[in-house]
Amino acid sequence: MLQTHALTASYGQFKALFGIDLHVAPGECVAIIGANGAGKTTLLRSISGVLRNAPGMVTHRGTPIGALSADAVLQRGIAMVPEGRKLFPSLTVEENLMIGGQVRRGDGRWTLDTVYALFPILRERRLSPGTALSGGQQQMVAIGRALMSNPEVLLCDEISLGLAPVVIRDIYAALPRIRETGAAVVIVEQDISRALSVADRVYCVMEGRVTLTGAPAGITRDAVHAAYFGNAA
Amino acid sequence: MIWLDTIVQGLLLGGLYALFAAGLSLVFGIMRLVNLAHGDLIVFAAFLILVVVQMTGLNPFLGALIAAPLLFAFGWLVQRVVLNRVLGKDILPPLLVTFGLSIALQNGMLEVFSADSQRLRAGPLESASVDLGPVTVGIMPLLTFASAVMVIFALNQIFYRTALGRAFRATSDDPVTASLMGINPASVFAIATGLAMVTVTIAALFLGMRSNFDPSIGPARLIFAFEAVIIGGLGSLWGTLLGGAIIGVAQTVGAQINPEWQILAGHLAFLAVLLVRPRGLFPRAVD
Repeated sequence: MLQTHALTASYGQFKALFGIDLHVAPGECVAIIGANGAGKTTLLRSISGVLRNAPGMVTHRGTPIGALSADAVLQRGIAMVPEGRKLFPSLTVEENLMIGGQVRRGDGRWTLDTVYALFPILRERRLSPGTALSGGQQQMVAIGRALMSNPEVLLCDEISLGLAPVVIRDIYAALPRIRETGAAVVIVEQDISRALSVADRVYCVMEGRVTLTGAPAGITRDAVHAAYFGNAA
Repeated sequence: MIWLDTIVQGLLLGGLYALFAAGLSLVFGIMRLVNLAHGDLIVFAAFLILVVVQMTGLNPFLGALIAAPLLFAFGWLVQRVVLNRVLGKDILPPLLVTFGLSIALQNGMLEVFSADSQRLRAGPLESASVDLGPVTVGIMPLLTFASAVMVIFALNQIFYRTALGRAFRATSDDPVTASLMGINPASVFAIATGLAMVTVTIAALFLGMRSNFDPSIGPARLIFAFEAVIIGGLGSLWGTLLGGAIIGVAQTVGAQINPEWQILAGHLAFLAVLLVRPRGLFPRAVD
Protein backbone atom coordinates (compact mmCIF):
# COMPACT_ATOMS: atom_id res chain seq x y z
CA MET A 1 0.00 0.00 0.00
CA LEU A 2 2.75 2.42 1.01
CA GLN A 3 6.10 1.91 -0.65
CA THR A 4 9.46 3.58 -1.08
CA HIS A 5 11.51 2.85 -4.17
CA ALA A 6 15.29 3.33 -3.97
CA LEU A 7 14.56 6.35 -1.77
CA THR A 8 17.47 8.72 -1.35
CA ALA A 9 17.67 11.87 0.75
CA SER A 10 20.32 14.38 1.59
CA TYR A 11 20.82 17.49 3.66
CA GLY A 12 22.89 19.74 1.41
CA GLN A 13 26.12 17.88 0.68
CA PHE A 14 25.44 15.20 3.25
CA LYS A 15 23.67 12.12 1.90
CA ALA A 16 21.48 10.57 4.57
CA LEU A 17 19.67 7.80 2.68
CA PHE A 18 21.10 5.59 -0.08
CA GLY A 19 18.30 3.80 -1.87
CA ILE A 20 15.81 2.53 0.68
CA ASP A 21 13.11 0.04 -0.40
CA LEU A 22 10.36 -0.33 2.15
CA HIS A 23 6.75 -1.38 1.96
CA VAL A 24 3.87 -1.31 4.37
CA ALA A 25 0.76 -3.44 3.88
CA PRO A 26 -2.70 -2.36 5.11
CA GLY A 27 -3.08 -2.86 8.86
CA GLU A 28 0.50 -3.98 9.27
CA CYS A 29 2.86 -2.93 12.08
CA VAL A 30 6.34 -2.22 10.81
CA ALA A 31 9.24 -1.30 13.07
CA ILE A 32 12.30 0.58 11.91
CA ILE A 33 15.30 0.14 14.15
CA GLY A 34 18.83 1.41 13.96
CA ALA A 35 21.42 3.43 15.80
CA ASN A 36 21.36 7.21 16.20
CA GLY A 37 22.03 8.93 12.91
CA ALA A 38 21.26 5.82 10.86
CA GLY A 39 18.60 7.65 8.86
CA LYS A 40 15.38 6.46 10.53
CA THR A 41 13.99 9.92 11.13
CA THR A 42 15.06 11.07 7.67
CA LEU A 43 13.18 8.10 6.24
CA LEU A 44 9.95 9.08 8.00
CA ARG A 45 10.41 12.74 7.11
CA SER A 46 10.81 11.75 3.46
CA ILE A 47 7.63 9.66 3.50
CA SER A 48 5.59 12.30 5.31
CA GLY A 49 6.54 15.08 2.91
CA VAL A 50 8.61 17.19 5.30
CA LEU A 51 11.48 16.36 2.94
CA ARG A 52 10.52 16.34 -0.73
CA ASN A 53 11.80 13.72 -3.15
CA ALA A 54 11.43 12.66 -6.75
CA PRO A 55 7.72 11.80 -7.17
CA GLY A 56 8.20 8.09 -7.76
CA MET A 57 10.43 7.47 -4.77
CA VAL A 58 7.37 7.15 -2.52
CA THR A 59 4.10 5.65 -3.72
CA HIS A 60 0.77 5.25 -1.99
CA ARG A 61 -1.66 2.77 -3.55
CA GLY A 62 0.40 3.02 -6.71
CA THR A 63 0.24 6.82 -6.92
CA PRO A 64 3.52 8.71 -6.68
CA ILE A 65 3.52 10.96 -3.61
CA GLY A 66 7.24 11.58 -3.14
CA ALA A 67 7.10 15.18 -4.30
CA LEU A 68 3.97 16.15 -2.37
CA SER A 69 4.06 18.60 0.53
CA ALA A 70 3.36 17.36 4.04
CA ASP A 71 -0.20 18.69 4.09
CA ALA A 72 -0.98 16.90 0.82
CA VAL A 73 0.52 13.64 2.14
CA LEU A 74 -1.68 13.87 5.23
CA GLN A 75 -4.74 14.27 3.04
CA ARG A 76 -3.87 10.91 1.49
CA GLY A 77 -4.14 9.31 4.91
CA ILE A 78 -0.55 9.23 6.08
CA ALA A 79 -0.19 10.92 9.47
CA MET A 80 2.94 11.46 11.50
CA VAL A 81 3.82 11.63 15.17
CA PRO A 82 7.02 13.66 14.95
CA GLU A 83 10.16 13.06 16.96
CA GLY A 84 10.07 15.13 20.15
CA ARG A 85 6.23 15.23 20.12
CA LYS A 86 6.21 18.81 18.79
CA LEU A 87 2.99 19.89 20.46
CA PHE A 88 1.90 23.45 19.71
CA PRO A 89 2.69 25.49 22.85
CA SER A 90 0.05 28.11 22.09
CA LEU A 91 -2.70 25.49 21.96
CA THR A 92 -4.40 23.56 24.74
CA VAL A 93 -4.39 19.78 24.74
CA GLU A 94 -7.85 19.74 23.20
CA GLU A 95 -6.91 22.32 20.58
CA ASN A 96 -3.84 20.27 19.70
CA LEU A 97 -6.13 17.28 19.13
CA MET A 98 -8.63 19.36 17.17
CA ILE A 99 -5.99 20.70 14.85
CA GLY A 100 -5.07 17.12 14.03
CA GLY A 101 -8.70 16.59 13.04
CA GLN A 102 -8.94 19.63 10.82
CA VAL A 103 -8.25 17.39 7.83
CA ARG A 104 -10.37 14.27 8.28
CA ARG A 105 -10.68 11.38 5.90
CA GLY A 106 -14.26 10.16 5.93
CA ASP A 107 -16.05 9.47 9.19
CA GLY A 108 -13.50 7.16 10.69
CA ARG A 109 -13.50 6.07 14.25
CA TRP A 110 -11.24 8.69 15.76
CA THR A 111 -12.88 11.67 17.45
CA LEU A 112 -12.10 13.64 20.60
CA ASP A 113 -14.16 11.11 22.57
CA THR A 114 -12.42 8.03 21.24
CA VAL A 115 -8.99 9.59 21.73
CA TYR A 116 -9.97 10.45 25.32
CA ALA A 117 -11.16 6.88 25.75
CA LEU A 118 -7.78 5.66 24.52
CA PHE A 119 -5.85 8.01 26.83
CA PRO A 120 -8.23 8.99 29.68
CA ILE A 121 -5.69 11.26 31.37
CA LEU A 122 -5.93 13.64 28.41
CA ARG A 123 -9.58 14.37 29.15
CA GLU A 124 -8.59 15.62 32.59
CA ARG A 125 -5.81 17.76 31.15
CA ARG A 126 -7.68 18.91 28.06
CA LEU A 127 -7.61 22.63 28.95
CA SER A 128 -3.92 22.72 29.89
CA PRO A 129 -1.37 24.06 27.44
CA GLY A 130 -0.01 21.04 25.58
CA THR A 131 3.53 21.70 26.69
CA ALA A 132 2.59 21.79 30.40
CA LEU A 133 2.13 18.01 30.35
CA SER A 134 4.68 15.34 31.23
CA GLY A 135 6.64 13.79 28.39
CA GLY A 136 4.49 10.69 28.32
CA GLN A 137 1.26 12.66 28.30
CA GLN A 138 2.65 14.83 25.53
CA GLN A 139 3.38 11.69 23.52
CA MET A 140 -0.23 10.63 24.04
CA VAL A 141 -1.42 14.00 22.74
CA ALA A 142 0.91 13.70 19.75
CA ILE A 143 -0.44 10.23 18.94
CA GLY A 144 -4.04 11.33 19.47
CA ARG A 145 -3.48 14.40 17.32
CA ALA A 146 -2.23 12.24 14.45
CA LEU A 147 -5.13 9.79 14.90
CA MET A 148 -7.70 12.59 14.66
CA SER A 149 -7.26 12.63 10.87
CA ASN A 150 -8.29 8.95 10.76
CA PRO A 151 -5.09 7.92 9.02
CA GLU A 152 -4.55 4.80 6.97
CA VAL A 153 -0.91 4.80 7.99
CA LEU A 154 0.40 6.18 11.28
CA LEU A 155 4.10 7.02 11.30
CA CYS A 156 5.54 7.27 14.83
CA ASP A 157 9.03 8.68 15.15
CA GLU A 158 11.00 7.72 18.28
CA ILE A 159 7.85 6.68 20.03
CA SER A 160 9.48 5.93 23.38
CA LEU A 161 12.55 8.17 23.37
CA GLY A 162 13.13 9.87 26.72
CA LEU A 163 10.09 8.33 28.40
CA ALA A 164 9.95 6.38 31.66
CA PRO A 165 9.50 2.60 31.25
CA VAL A 166 6.06 2.61 32.87
CA VAL A 167 4.92 5.31 30.44
CA ILE A 168 6.34 3.42 27.48
CA ARG A 169 4.29 0.41 28.58
CA ASP A 170 1.11 2.52 28.57
CA ILE A 171 1.83 3.85 25.12
CA TYR A 172 2.56 0.43 23.70
CA ALA A 173 -0.63 -0.83 25.32
CA ALA A 174 -2.52 1.57 23.08
CA LEU A 175 -0.98 0.17 19.90
CA PRO A 176 -3.30 -2.84 19.49
CA ARG A 177 -6.34 -0.59 19.92
CA ILE A 178 -5.02 1.72 17.22
CA ARG A 179 -4.45 -1.24 14.92
CA GLU A 180 -7.98 -2.53 15.54
CA THR A 181 -9.19 0.40 13.42
CA GLY A 182 -7.31 -1.02 10.47
CA ALA A 183 -4.57 1.57 10.44
CA ALA A 184 -1.07 0.44 9.57
CA VAL A 185 1.53 1.60 12.07
CA VAL A 186 5.18 2.34 11.37
CA ILE A 187 7.26 2.90 14.48
CA VAL A 188 10.83 4.09 14.74
CA GLU A 189 12.23 2.56 17.87
CA GLN A 190 15.64 2.36 19.53
CA ASP A 191 14.50 -0.33 21.94
CA ILE A 192 15.08 -3.43 19.82
CA SER A 193 13.32 -5.98 21.99
CA ARG A 194 10.29 -3.75 22.31
CA ALA A 195 10.22 -3.30 18.52
CA LEU A 196 10.58 -7.02 17.85
CA SER A 197 7.75 -7.83 20.26
CA VAL A 198 5.10 -5.67 18.56
CA ALA A 199 6.06 -5.56 14.90
CA ASP A 200 4.92 -7.82 12.07
CA ARG A 201 8.07 -6.92 10.21
CA VAL A 202 11.27 -5.13 11.08
CA TYR A 203 13.67 -3.05 9.04
CA CYS A 204 17.09 -2.33 10.43
CA VAL A 205 18.74 0.78 8.99
CA MET A 206 22.43 1.56 9.20
CA GLU A 207 24.17 4.53 7.59
CA GLY A 208 21.28 5.19 5.26
CA ARG A 209 20.83 1.63 4.02
CA VAL A 210 18.55 -1.23 5.01
CA THR A 211 20.80 -3.88 6.48
CA LEU A 212 18.21 -6.36 7.66
CA THR A 213 14.54 -7.00 7.10
CA GLY A 214 12.06 -9.69 7.98
CA ALA A 215 9.54 -10.98 10.50
CA PRO A 216 10.75 -10.89 14.12
CA ALA A 217 10.41 -14.66 14.44
CA GLY A 218 13.00 -15.25 11.75
CA ILE A 219 15.54 -12.78 13.06
CA THR A 220 18.29 -13.91 15.40
CA ARG A 221 19.95 -11.78 18.00
CA ASP A 222 23.27 -12.03 16.17
CA ALA A 223 21.72 -10.92 12.91
CA VAL A 224 20.27 -7.85 14.57
CA HIS A 225 23.59 -7.13 16.22
CA ALA A 226 25.42 -7.30 12.89
CA ALA A 227 22.79 -5.18 11.12
CA TYR A 228 22.75 -2.61 13.88
CA PHE A 229 26.45 -2.09 14.38
CA GLY A 230 27.93 -3.38 11.14
CA ASN A 231 30.17 -6.43 10.70
CA ALA A 232 33.09 -4.87 12.52
CA ALA A 233 31.23 -4.95 15.83
CA MET B 1 -11.26 69.33 34.11
CA ILE B 2 -8.86 70.28 31.34
CA TRP B 3 -6.61 67.35 32.24
CA LEU B 4 -9.47 64.88 32.30
CA ASP B 5 -10.49 66.15 28.89
CA THR B 6 -6.91 65.83 27.65
CA ILE B 7 -6.66 62.25 28.82
CA VAL B 8 -10.02 61.26 27.31
CA GLN B 9 -9.07 62.85 23.98
CA GLY B 10 -5.75 61.00 24.16
CA LEU B 11 -7.45 57.68 24.83
CA LEU B 12 -9.73 58.18 21.85
CA LEU B 13 -6.78 59.16 19.66
CA GLY B 14 -5.15 55.94 20.88
CA GLY B 15 -8.00 54.09 19.20
CA LEU B 16 -6.77 55.35 15.84
CA TYR B 17 -3.22 54.23 16.61
CA ALA B 18 -4.51 50.85 17.72
CA LEU B 19 -6.32 50.55 14.39
CA PHE B 20 -3.06 51.41 12.60
CA ALA B 21 -1.32 48.75 14.66
CA ALA B 22 -3.84 45.88 14.63
CA GLY B 23 -2.83 44.55 11.22
CA LEU B 24 0.85 44.92 11.98
CA SER B 25 0.38 43.04 15.25
CA LEU B 26 -1.60 40.28 13.55
CA VAL B 27 0.99 39.72 10.83
CA PHE B 28 3.89 39.86 13.23
CA GLY B 29 2.16 37.51 15.66
CA ILE B 30 1.55 34.86 13.03
CA MET B 31 4.59 34.96 10.77
CA ARG B 32 7.20 37.06 12.60
CA LEU B 33 7.13 39.45 9.69
CA VAL B 34 7.67 43.14 10.32
CA ASN B 35 5.87 44.79 7.46
CA LEU B 36 7.63 48.10 6.80
CA ALA B 37 5.06 48.92 4.12
CA HIS B 38 2.22 48.83 6.64
CA GLY B 39 1.85 52.62 6.86
CA ASP B 40 1.89 52.97 3.08
CA LEU B 41 -0.71 50.22 2.82
CA ILE B 42 -2.96 52.27 5.12
CA VAL B 43 -2.54 55.29 2.85
CA PHE B 44 -3.08 53.10 -0.21
CA ALA B 45 -6.31 51.82 1.36
CA ALA B 46 -7.41 55.40 2.05
CA PHE B 47 -6.89 56.28 -1.61
CA LEU B 48 -8.80 53.20 -2.69
CA ILE B 49 -11.74 54.21 -0.47
CA LEU B 50 -11.52 57.71 -1.96
CA VAL B 51 -11.66 56.32 -5.48
CA VAL B 52 -14.68 54.16 -4.60
CA VAL B 53 -16.40 57.14 -2.99
CA GLN B 54 -15.70 59.37 -5.99
CA MET B 55 -16.86 56.75 -8.47
CA THR B 56 -20.04 55.72 -6.69
CA GLY B 57 -20.97 58.78 -4.66
CA LEU B 58 -21.39 56.59 -1.58
CA ASN B 59 -20.36 57.80 1.86
CA PRO B 60 -16.89 56.69 3.10
CA PHE B 61 -18.29 53.98 5.38
CA LEU B 62 -19.98 52.19 2.50
CA GLY B 63 -16.94 52.93 0.35
CA ALA B 64 -14.77 51.10 2.87
CA LEU B 65 -17.18 48.18 2.81
CA ILE B 66 -16.54 47.85 -0.92
CA ALA B 67 -12.79 48.44 -0.59
CA ALA B 68 -12.32 45.86 2.18
CA PRO B 69 -12.74 42.69 0.05
CA LEU B 70 -10.58 44.21 -2.68
CA LEU B 71 -7.85 44.91 -0.15
CA PHE B 72 -8.22 41.43 1.34
CA ALA B 73 -7.55 40.05 -2.13
CA PHE B 74 -4.63 42.42 -2.60
CA GLY B 75 -3.06 41.35 0.70
CA TRP B 76 -3.62 37.69 -0.11
CA LEU B 77 -1.93 38.13 -3.48
CA VAL B 78 1.05 40.10 -2.15
CA GLN B 79 1.64 37.41 0.49
CA ARG B 80 1.29 34.56 -2.02
CA VAL B 81 3.34 36.09 -4.82
CA VAL B 82 5.97 38.09 -2.94
CA LEU B 83 6.25 37.68 0.82
CA ASN B 84 5.91 33.89 1.11
CA ARG B 85 8.96 33.52 -1.09
CA VAL B 86 11.20 35.38 1.34
CA LEU B 87 9.89 34.14 4.70
CA GLY B 88 12.33 31.86 6.43
CA LYS B 89 14.76 31.58 9.29
CA ASP B 90 16.50 34.80 8.27
CA ILE B 91 14.37 37.85 9.10
CA LEU B 92 16.36 40.22 6.89
CA PRO B 93 15.02 39.30 3.40
CA PRO B 94 11.32 39.93 4.25
CA LEU B 95 12.31 43.18 5.97
CA LEU B 96 14.10 44.37 2.84
CA VAL B 97 11.27 43.29 0.57
CA THR B 98 8.64 45.17 2.60
CA PHE B 99 10.95 48.21 2.62
CA GLY B 100 11.08 48.00 -1.15
CA LEU B 101 7.32 47.56 -1.27
CA SER B 102 6.96 50.70 0.84
CA ILE B 103 9.00 52.78 -1.59
CA ALA B 104 7.25 51.32 -4.62
CA LEU B 105 3.83 52.05 -3.08
CA GLN B 106 4.72 55.62 -2.19
CA ASN B 107 6.01 56.38 -5.66
CA GLY B 108 3.19 54.54 -7.35
CA MET B 109 0.64 56.56 -5.38
CA LEU B 110 2.50 59.78 -6.12
CA GLU B 111 2.32 58.94 -9.82
CA VAL B 112 -1.37 58.05 -9.80
CA PHE B 113 -2.84 60.37 -7.17
CA SER B 114 -0.25 63.23 -7.19
CA ALA B 115 1.11 64.83 -4.02
CA ASP B 116 -2.14 66.69 -3.32
CA SER B 117 -3.73 66.29 0.08
CA GLN B 118 -7.00 64.40 0.07
CA ARG B 119 -9.73 63.76 2.58
CA LEU B 120 -12.69 61.45 3.04
CA ARG B 121 -15.75 63.60 3.69
CA ALA B 122 -18.17 62.29 6.27
CA GLY B 123 -20.52 65.26 6.32
CA PRO B 124 -22.06 66.53 9.58
CA LEU B 125 -20.66 63.53 11.46
CA GLU B 126 -17.22 65.16 11.32
CA SER B 127 -18.12 67.91 13.74
CA ALA B 128 -20.83 66.18 15.79
CA SER B 129 -20.11 65.72 19.48
CA VAL B 130 -21.73 64.25 22.54
CA ASP B 131 -21.80 65.61 26.09
CA LEU B 132 -20.61 63.01 28.60
CA GLY B 133 -20.92 65.04 31.80
CA PRO B 134 -17.49 66.38 32.66
CA VAL B 135 -16.18 66.08 29.10
CA THR B 136 -17.50 66.59 25.62
CA VAL B 137 -16.20 64.20 22.99
CA GLY B 138 -16.48 64.15 19.23
CA ILE B 139 -18.61 61.43 17.67
CA MET B 140 -15.84 60.62 15.20
CA PRO B 141 -13.10 59.98 17.81
CA LEU B 142 -15.63 57.95 19.79
CA LEU B 143 -16.49 55.92 16.70
CA THR B 144 -12.78 55.42 15.99
CA PHE B 145 -12.12 54.11 19.47
CA ALA B 146 -15.18 51.86 19.41
CA SER B 147 -14.05 50.46 16.06
CA ALA B 148 -10.59 49.76 17.46
CA VAL B 149 -12.10 47.84 20.38
CA MET B 150 -14.35 45.90 18.01
CA VAL B 151 -11.50 45.10 15.61
CA ILE B 152 -9.27 43.86 18.43
CA PHE B 153 -12.16 41.90 19.95
CA ALA B 154 -13.03 40.34 16.58
CA LEU B 155 -9.41 39.39 15.90
CA ASN B 156 -9.19 37.82 19.35
CA GLN B 157 -12.36 35.82 18.73
CA ILE B 158 -10.96 34.59 15.43
CA PHE B 159 -7.66 33.76 17.08
CA TYR B 160 -9.00 31.84 20.06
CA ARG B 161 -12.43 30.57 19.00
CA THR B 162 -12.19 29.40 15.41
CA ALA B 163 -10.47 26.66 13.44
CA LEU B 164 -8.75 29.36 11.39
CA GLY B 165 -7.37 30.90 14.58
CA ARG B 166 -6.10 27.51 15.73
CA ALA B 167 -4.34 27.16 12.41
CA PHE B 168 -2.89 30.67 12.83
CA ARG B 169 -1.49 29.84 16.26
CA ALA B 170 -0.21 26.41 15.29
CA THR B 171 1.52 27.75 12.18
CA SER B 172 3.02 30.55 14.23
CA ASP B 173 4.36 28.02 16.75
CA ASP B 174 5.84 25.60 14.25
CA PRO B 175 5.10 25.70 10.50
CA VAL B 176 6.69 22.31 9.78
CA THR B 177 4.60 20.44 12.35
CA ALA B 178 1.54 22.43 11.27
CA SER B 179 2.04 21.13 7.74
CA LEU B 180 2.07 17.59 9.16
CA MET B 181 -1.44 18.39 10.46
CA GLY B 182 -2.62 19.13 6.94
CA ILE B 183 -2.18 22.89 7.21
CA ASN B 184 -0.58 24.69 4.29
CA PRO B 185 1.47 27.47 5.94
CA ALA B 186 1.70 29.51 2.73
CA SER B 187 -2.07 29.68 2.45
CA VAL B 188 -2.55 30.39 6.18
CA PHE B 189 -0.10 33.30 5.86
CA ALA B 190 -1.96 34.61 2.81
CA ILE B 191 -5.27 34.58 4.69
CA ALA B 192 -3.62 36.34 7.64
CA THR B 193 -2.29 39.12 5.44
CA GLY B 194 -5.67 39.42 3.76
CA LEU B 195 -7.27 39.78 7.18
CA ALA B 196 -4.65 42.36 8.17
CA MET B 197 -5.61 44.34 5.07
CA VAL B 198 -9.24 44.38 6.22
CA THR B 199 -8.10 46.00 9.49
CA VAL B 200 -5.96 48.34 7.39
CA THR B 201 -9.12 49.35 5.49
CA ILE B 202 -10.85 50.28 8.74
CA ALA B 203 -7.76 52.21 9.90
CA ALA B 204 -7.64 54.00 6.54
CA LEU B 205 -11.32 54.94 6.79
CA PHE B 206 -10.84 56.73 10.11
CA LEU B 207 -7.48 58.20 9.12
CA GLY B 208 -9.00 59.69 5.99
CA MET B 209 -12.02 61.13 7.78
CA ARG B 210 -9.96 62.57 10.64
CA SER B 211 -7.25 64.37 8.72
CA ASN B 212 -5.76 65.01 5.31
CA PHE B 213 -3.61 62.38 3.71
CA ASP B 214 -1.19 62.25 0.81
CA PRO B 215 1.18 59.57 -0.53
CA SER B 216 4.04 60.58 1.77
CA ILE B 217 2.47 60.10 5.21
CA GLY B 218 2.72 56.30 5.41
CA PRO B 219 6.06 55.97 7.24
CA ALA B 220 4.92 58.18 10.13
CA ARG B 221 1.77 56.00 10.56
CA LEU B 222 4.05 52.96 10.56
CA ILE B 223 6.07 54.43 13.44
CA PHE B 224 2.94 54.99 15.56
CA ALA B 225 1.68 51.51 14.75
CA PHE B 226 5.04 49.99 15.47
CA GLU B 227 5.33 51.74 18.82
CA ALA B 228 1.83 50.62 19.82
CA VAL B 229 2.70 47.00 18.99
CA ILE B 230 6.00 47.11 20.87
CA ILE B 231 4.51 48.77 23.96
CA GLY B 232 1.74 46.18 24.10
CA GLY B 233 4.12 43.27 23.68
CA LEU B 234 4.79 41.63 20.33
CA GLY B 235 1.86 39.49 19.25
CA SER B 236 -0.59 40.56 21.97
CA LEU B 237 -3.70 42.13 20.42
CA TRP B 238 -5.18 43.67 23.58
CA GLY B 239 -1.67 44.88 24.39
CA THR B 240 -1.69 46.66 21.05
CA LEU B 241 -4.87 48.52 22.02
CA LEU B 242 -3.28 49.56 25.29
CA GLY B 243 -0.11 50.57 23.44
CA GLY B 244 -2.14 52.79 21.13
CA ALA B 245 -3.90 54.35 24.12
CA ILE B 246 -0.59 55.06 25.88
CA ILE B 247 0.83 56.82 22.83
CA GLY B 248 -2.41 58.76 22.32
CA VAL B 249 -2.55 59.97 25.92
CA ALA B 250 1.16 60.84 25.92
CA GLN B 251 0.64 62.90 22.76
CA THR B 252 -2.35 64.88 24.02
CA VAL B 253 -0.73 65.46 27.41
CA GLY B 254 2.46 66.58 25.65
CA ALA B 255 0.48 68.90 23.40
CA GLN B 256 -1.31 70.34 26.42
CA ILE B 257 2.02 71.31 27.95
CA ASN B 258 3.40 72.67 24.71
CA PRO B 259 1.83 72.12 21.26
CA GLU B 260 5.23 71.38 19.76
CA TRP B 261 5.70 68.44 22.08
CA GLN B 262 2.81 66.34 20.83
CA ILE B 263 4.67 63.86 18.62
CA LEU B 264 7.81 63.90 20.75
CA ALA B 265 5.85 63.04 23.90
CA GLY B 266 4.46 59.93 22.20
CA HIS B 267 7.94 58.74 21.27
CA LEU B 268 9.23 59.48 24.78
CA ALA B 269 6.43 57.40 26.29
CA PHE B 270 7.44 54.59 23.96
CA LEU B 271 11.08 54.82 25.09
CA ALA B 272 10.04 54.96 28.74
CA VAL B 273 8.03 51.75 28.42
CA LEU B 274 10.90 50.04 26.60
CA LEU B 275 13.26 51.05 29.39
CA VAL B 276 11.09 49.43 32.05
CA ARG B 277 9.64 46.52 30.05
CA PRO B 278 11.89 45.76 27.07
CA ARG B 279 9.51 43.03 25.87
CA GLY B 280 6.43 45.22 26.17
CA LEU B 281 3.60 45.09 28.66
CA PHE B 282 2.10 41.74 27.63
CA PRO B 283 4.85 39.70 25.99
CA ARG B 284 3.92 36.28 24.64
CA ALA B 285 5.07 33.38 26.77
CA VAL B 286 6.68 31.62 23.83
CA ASP B 287 8.92 33.51 21.49
